[in-house]
Amino acid sequence: MLVTETKAAQAGLPPQETLEELVSLALAEARKQGASAAEAGVGVDIGLSVNVRRGEVDTLEHQRDRGIGVTVYFGHRKGSASSSDFRRESIIETVQSACAIARHTSEDPCQGLADPDLLAREIPDLDLYHPWDLDAEEAIRIARDCEAVALAADPRICNSDGASLSTYSGIRVYGNTNDFLAGYKTSRHSLSCMVVGKEGDAMQRDYWYTVSRVPEELEDAESVGRKAAERTLKRLGARRLKTCTAPVLYAPEVARGVLAHFISAISGGALYRKASFLLDHLGKQVFPGFVRIEEQPHRPRGLGSAPFDQEGVATRQRVLVEDGVLQGYVLSSYSARKLGMRSTGNAGGVHNLVIQPGERDFRGMLKELDRGLLVTELMGQGVNITTGDYSRGASGFWVENGEIAYPVEEITVAGNLRDMFQRLRAVGNDVDPRGNILTGSLLIDGMTIAGE
Amino acid sequence: MTDTAANNLQLVRQHILEPAGLTERDLERVFGQLMAPGVDAADLYFQASRHEGWVLEDGIVKEGSRSLDQGVGVRAISGEKTGFAYSDEIILPALLEASGAARAIARSGQSGRLQAWQAGGGLSLYAPINPLDSLTAEEKIALLQRLDAEARRLDPRVEQVIVSLAGVHDMILVANSDGRLSADVRPLVRLNVTVIAQQNGRRETGSSGGGGRFGYEYFLEGDRALNYAREAVRQAVLNLEAVEAPAGTMPVVLGPGWPGVLLHEAVGHGLEGDFNRKGTSAFAGRISERVASPLCTVVDDGTLDRRRGSLNIDDEGTPTQTTVLIEKGVLKGYMQDNLNARLMGTVSTGNGRRQSYAHLPMPRMTNTYMLAGPHDPEEIIRSVKKGLYAVNFGGGQVDITSGKFVFSASEAYLIEDGRITVPVKGATLIGSGPEVMTRISMVGNDLQLDGGIGTCGKDGQSVPVGVGQPTLKVDALTVGGTAA
Repeated sequence: MLVTETKAAQAGLPPQETLEELVSLALAEARKQGASAAEAGVGVDIGLSVNVRRGEVDTLEHQRDRGIGVTVYFGHRKGSASSSDFRRESIIETVQSACAIARHTSEDPCQGLADPDLLAREIPDLDLYHPWDLDAEEAIRIARDCEAVALAADPRICNSDGASLSTYSGIRVYGNTNDFLAGYKTSRHSLSCMVVGKEGDAMQRDYWYTVSRVPEELEDAESVGRKAAERTLKRLGARRLKTCTAPVLYAPEVARGVLAHFISAISGGALYRKASFLLDHLGKQVFPGFVRIEEQPHRPRGLGSAPFDQEGVATRQRVLVEDGVLQGYVLSSYSARKLGMRSTGNAGGVHNLVIQPGERDFRGMLKELDRGLLVTELMGQGVNITTGDYSRGASGFWVENGEIAYPVEEITVAGNLRDMFQRLRAVGNDVDPRGNILTGSLLIDGMTIAGE
Repeated sequence: MTDTAANNLQLVRQHILEPAGLTERDLERVFGQLMAPGVDAADLYFQASRHEGWVLEDGIVKEGSRSLDQGVGVRAISGEKTGFAYSDEIILPALLEASGAARAIARSGQSGRLQAWQAGGGLSLYAPINPLDSLTAEEKIALLQRLDAEARRLDPRVEQVIVSLAGVHDMILVANSDGRLSADVRPLVRLNVTVIAQQNGRRETGSSGGGGRFGYEYFLEGDRALNYAREAVRQAVLNLEAVEAPAGTMPVVLGPGWPGVLLHEAVGHGLEGDFNRKGTSAFAGRISERVASPLCTVVDDGTLDRRRGSLNIDDEGTPTQTTVLIEKGVLKGYMQDNLNARLMGTVSTGNGRRQSYAHLPMPRMTNTYMLAGPHDPEEIIRSVKKGLYAVNFGGGQVDITSGKFVFSASEAYLIEDGRITVPVKGATLIGSGPEVMTRISMVGNDLQLDGGIGTCGKDGQSVPVGVGQPTLKVDALTVGGTAA
């Protein structure tokens, strides 16, 4: 193993000043070419990832990605260009490309930089950067330990897709011609494991993963391997269900998706295009009265945390749903102007969406479900945000008397998201921390389950 | 070697290697470092890719963008192990550093030697053009505006029209440790129209488009582009009348062309070499077994003229081919890249593909379709007492281990007493790949390929693909609607 070379390839991120100079160069060049306003973002990511399968290294990958994106405005005409080449002449060429495009796009009064009074004036330190000084050998050892636990868990575990460990560090700098220039570093580490189980002729696979900005906060390798094996084993012997209507409990790892559809429906792009089933729902009851949803962009070490959005707009803690009533949208400067509103600091998406947990843990949620379907995996893209129509492939468990009865597969769950939100019966306190949307399990009444 | 292959090699050398000052001697030096003892094979993948996109919305051209992405990926393979690193700087020091990182999977020691360079072969399926230059900016914008006007003219219920045009000029060069240098110049264009129609407060969308490996002038031939607008409007307006889709298991008739996404999910992924080498596919170890009804012959074909999924060479420098996957219901073969072919004791089928230089190649589909069968499509519909007729789809997904797959209909109708009756809302269909294929009881004589719109995702990597099929009937498939 050539450990020293491995570390060299991972050698640190460039200093923020270097990237700030590139942004300043791009902005100055845009001015020189006659742009009335401009913005530029530069990013560099470095990473190492290993996949170990059946105890042997499968892949060892070194990542190093970089890019610069420039947007120029000639009045209200916009043009964009990007490149992975950081040489001076290439950046000038990129700006020229953007300017050439802006000569052909249309005048659109909503286009332009973010309103200056919304820009982040202070950049809070959100504790997002914890690089992992990890060499390939150590990474392989951790992945190998993880997979070994899964493979040894039960004789029915017959095969493996492997265990993967990856670590990334990145830096972003954004600037615009309203005197904004700022950046920050982030890190992200993850460990995952997927194994295959067999019973009779039928095979099943399942996985578990842990992800964090801080290496020490990852779940340990043994625990990840054990959960991957447990989840796979539980799926063996899955049956189908008869077509029926029943309450559905979304386990926390899939409940996140239900809230992601909510975010899509209150996002500026869908709203100004009138392509949302929650059009004109501001101030209206969207969820039952017990539901409270916040955006918390400044959570220390949060996977979705950011001090400012992709346009430099300051992010703020805010309430999106209170007492079940929709309090705000998810807007960039452009979509806000289209709607006659102001940016909510969401160019690029939401930053830590948190639904207030209820009283019950996962066991308690199963009791509350009593009889119905527990969904642990969803498949496909059958969601229409314009109409709210929802129809997805699912697998999970049938629940009787508040206890898991048997695994089920090859079924669909369907409804309309507007009704599903209204029929939300309970939110668990079994919050899954592994993402930008933080939710416990969600219990929704009256879903159509299609099966045999 | 074809003239095209030789021309492509010369063109790409001029565009990528020469500006970087890289000679064949330099490549030999890099391989000298890469080929550590125990390294069975290695390759370098040079790429320079230019992309542009234009979007019209609200009747105006809102956005335009251009991007340039270039770099080199370095891979070393030792047994089942792969070491990989890449650089977005195409310069010798970066190449040497990346090769040092990539070969870390093997023991250090004396370095190996490379055979003399020779030019690799390749097919001649599309012209080595830069599609971004095939129309002027004014012409591109005029095209977008014509489609917007056409969609709005067709029906007063059309409320929103979004037209997007995108083009890619992709140049690649693969240097293999067996001494082959192969290159390809890959144009790719795509045009799409999405429409939102409104009636009494109800809104529905429709979408249509196409593309392939040619210049933008393709869209100007006849009424092709206008037809995308007409088709998008037709779908949106039709969906305004759609009723709840049924829930439950029933006979399903799939229309020709794009519904071939069924094959892509139900059997395509499960027949990719990596999953079968690892034994994680529901089709693993089943060569020569009956896996589908005798009416089914399914191929993967990267050699179709100018198709979105076609390639002169794959991303390992192997010319693409026509691979029979299933013949008259019997499983014949898998799709292979170099690594998995070697480990399974066979040869690559030209299916080694990667999203870019920054990604590892793996076995991927090109254009996957089912050959035509004996049945008249009308007869197929007439044979169904109560079922679903689905003609347009969104995406799909498969769990290759359990074989369960889904695909989501965006245009479907009820079949009642052998007749197509009312349109129903979109719904997800779910089945088990190996089972569904055995339940195909009728295959139409109307094979069609899709219009050039497919993108396949696997392990986080996206590549353009094609699908196709004739009209076909599955005796029992689960339809995930909401109506009892």
